[in-house]
Amino acid sequence: MSNDIAILGVGMHPWGKWGKNFSEYGVHAARAALKDAGIPWQDVGFVSGAATMRCGYPGYVAGATFAQALGWQGAQVNTSYAACASGSQALAAAQAKILAGECEVALVVGADTTPKGFLAPAKGYRPEDPDWLRFYLGITNPTYFALYARRRMDLFGDTEEDFARVKIKNSEHGFTNPNARYKKKFTMEDVMNSAMVADPLRLLQICATSDGGAAMIVSSMDYAKRLGKADAVRVAAVSTVTPTFASAVVEMPDIATDSAAAAGVEAHRFRAALPAKAYEQAGIGPEDVNVAEVYDLSSALEMDWYEDLQLCPRGEAAQLVRNGDTKLGGRLPVNPSGGLACFGEAVPAQALAQVCELTWQLRGEAGERQVEGARVGITANQGLFGHGSSVIVKK
Amino acid sequence: MSDKPVQAAIEGWYTLDTDTPHLIGAKCDDCGTYYFPKNLSFCRNPNCEGETFSEVQLSRTGKIWSYTDACYKPPEPFVAEEPFVPYGIAAVELEKEQMIILGQTVKGVGPKDLKVGQEVELVLEPLHEDDESVKITWKWKPLG
Repeated sequence: MSNDIAILGVGMHPWGKWGKNFSEYGVHAARAALKDAGIPWQDVGFVSGAATMRCGYPGYVAGATFAQALGWQGAQVNTSYAACASGSQALAAAQAKILAGECEVALVVGADTTPKGFLAPAKGYRPEDPDWLRFYLGITNPTYFALYARRRMDLFGDTEEDFARVKIKNSEHGFTNPNARYKKKFTMEDVMNSAMVADPLRLLQICATSDGGAAMIVSSMDYAKRLGKADAVRVAAVSTVTPTFASAVVEMPDIATDSAAAAGVEAHRFRAALPAKAYEQAGIGPEDVNVAEVYDLSSALEMDWYEDLQLCPRGEAAQLVRNGDTKLGGRLPVNPSGGLACFGEAVPAQALAQVCELTWQLRGEAGERQVEGARVGITANQGLFGHGSSVIVKK
Repeated sequence: MSDKPVQAAIEGWYTLDTDTPHLIGAKCDDCGTYYFPKNLSFCRNPNCEGETFSEVQLSRTGKIWSYTDACYKPPEPFVAEEPFVPYGIAAVELEKEQMIILGQTVKGVGPKDLKVGQEVELVLEPLHEDDESVKITWKWKPLG
């Protein structure tokens, strides 16, 4: 297929709180990806970095920071920032360069070092900044996750135990993942006894922030063939669409949705638009998917994603969880890596980590967390200010 | 409550009418799209080129879209009571404006008192105090 690019290599630095400079995680991951691809660094014609906003100027120009740390060799360079979708946007930039014939092989890399404590907005009195405003009014990140979770309970009959089952599943999946930060199998009792943060979500159902790094070597299909890797796993779609006016769901950091009062305006769900575009680009449908990596910022949000990915009709996600369909060994495993529940979020690396996991899954190299016979995988994530992504990989 | 003067926590975002307060939004003169917080520059409806807006009072009753609470003290700029007291939060759908607006629920009302679809009204209550005044904001209160 002319619009595919090959994934020649993937690599990660384990997630955790290691206290090192973010570029060390990125370079560790990049070198692992180069080794996995079996190509020399000098062959990389384009370095596409995902920016971090928490590590000063080197983080704003992350592509160049990684390129310098790997040794300047004259490659073209790019840095992308798109909140939680930064890694996917960096991948989209590489995909565009390769498909335009401007480079044959690219390095895509993202890494982060997270500060201790809350990520508070800039100081002063600034009600015009929605991020400042919501904190002033007492509305934090877990507020939004909890609103979505509670709505599921009242509309669809989901229970707190259903949300806990997602956490338990992911903790079992990530238990043997060498790149995961949290490796503990949680029980129903553990989850239900953890402190309530934002009703109905408890501490163990909300993801933490982590340090980490992830990288990929991607290339044209021609280059892959010349390397003897014509059967490499491919990127078939990278969707990074914006929402469509008017928003149907109140999204972080806003305190209100758009109004859908004007003639001809309908309310749209942003999360559902991301995979819809990816399916269209790849020319496949949800029935073709064997494995998914979704952004479980909360355990309940993972269930919203099942429906937004069209893996089941709206309102039926809890049944998938109760049946064990999305567990390893089930019909359609979700988050075999362990997801954010086991990783914590390393913003610019996370969307790439999702693709790394799917690559290992489709190659059959995922060890104890292998999804048998996986041929098509999809990722989904969503961040602040209208950013999100969905990537489809296939064999 | 103290005898300090009362002031809007955010000036110009709601009327200070204690019995029937309203949020102050904007409405596009061309297409009728509502905005809160108010937008007076360019209409964000992609089908509309509107650049003039009227300030309007938004509906002061609506139905709960969802609800939660905050069990831990948020970071600054939130100003917390000492000791911290958890508070409820509701996302409320306004029928005429076709939009959802977040806010705290009134003191003493939490998730156990709420349900999706329930009718609520807008009231004013203190958000916090400083040395000079009590800062009031909008909150949602169950009707009836």
